[in-house]
Amino acid sequence: MDEQLCYAYAVVGSSAPPDLAGVRGVAGAPVTLVDSGAVAAAISAVPWEGFSEAALKVGLEDLEWLEATARAHHSVIETLAAHTTVLPLRLATVYLDEARVRQMLREREADFAALLDRLTDHVEWGVKVYAEVPPSSPSAPTAAPPPSEPAGADAGRAYLRRRRYQRQAREDAWRVAEEAVRRTEQQARGLAVERTRHRPQQGGLARVPGENVANDAYLVPRRLSEEFRTRMLHAADGLPGVRVDVTGPWAPYSFTASVAPGAAEGAGQR
Amino acid sequence: MSEYDTYDDRPVSQPQVALIDLLDRLLSGGAVLTGDLVLSIADIDLVRISLRAVMVAVREELDEQWATLLPSGPALTGRDGPGDEPV
Repeated sequence: MDEQLCYAYAVVGSSAPPDLAGVRGVAGAPVTLVDSGAVAAAISAVPWEGFSEAALKVGLEDLEWLEATARAHHSVIETLAAHTTVLPLRLATVYLDEARVRQMLREREADFAALLDRLTDHVEWGVKVYAEVPPSSPSAPTAAPPPSEPAGADAGRAYLRRRRYQRQAREDAWRVAEEAVRRTEQQARGLAVERTRHRPQQGGLARVPGENVANDAYLVPRRLSEEFRTRMLHAADGLPGVRVDVTGPWAPYSFTASVAPGAAEGAGQR
Repeated sequence: MSEYDTYDDRPVSQPQVALIDLLDRLLSGGAVLTGDLVLSIADIDLVRISLRAVMVAVREELDEQWATLLPSGPALTGRDGPGDEPV
């Protein structure tokens, strides 16, 4: 039998444990609960070869591994969140065995219980603001080119003028985007109880048009959830060239920082 | 990922979430506990390294834009870089 480790997904209250029959974890093994006092952790067995520290470092650089693991982790969180208040743990939180998980729960029971209490009947919404920002490349066509220059003459000056127009168009687009972000913040007031800012999304995985200028998460009481979503979807109405994307409801992934070791660093808080 | 589908036995009621939104939450959110084996996974630098290949390509450019227009903007990382000037 290969050596097994213990992958931990989330902490939940132990008083009304969710039914985890048939739920499988990141390596396909059944998810079970380990409890200690008022709290419990959802765990599953994972093989040492795939989840040792060295293997995890390799895995986190491998997009396929990362996606499979992240989606499996998320699936467990979603299942739990459908039944109870859930405190998600960061991806790839691995213990040697169940006894170590139980020890961790015992040491932090009060923290977990307090945070679970705060998260009860709250959901997380993602709010992303996108701007249609004109490209910065000098060779890119401009929407409103300056008056044409005398042919052949002052080519350098024409180039600089074109660049100025492009720069102006970009700055205008970013100002409108900034206003859109302000409006989402205003609309969130009175509904959301907390906000976390994630980094704007860029690069190969950001597969939607426009530039992401704000990538925020809000913690919202469940009863205000639909109103929050509706308000956000209309927050940028009337602003040209901006779009607000709303994702969720999520389990409160972005609002777990108060149990982070070294609170100054804060998980996901900026 | 197909590998995932084989052990996802949830009812297919919801559209799949975007991976990038999920990674925002699973790599910079989620409670950071000190697991037995993976102390450094909780370290933000490793998270950055992990995502270099997929997420960071255009980030420097974006940071410059925020730095120019929004000196206190949320995306500001303090990174210095060349301005948006013709070369």
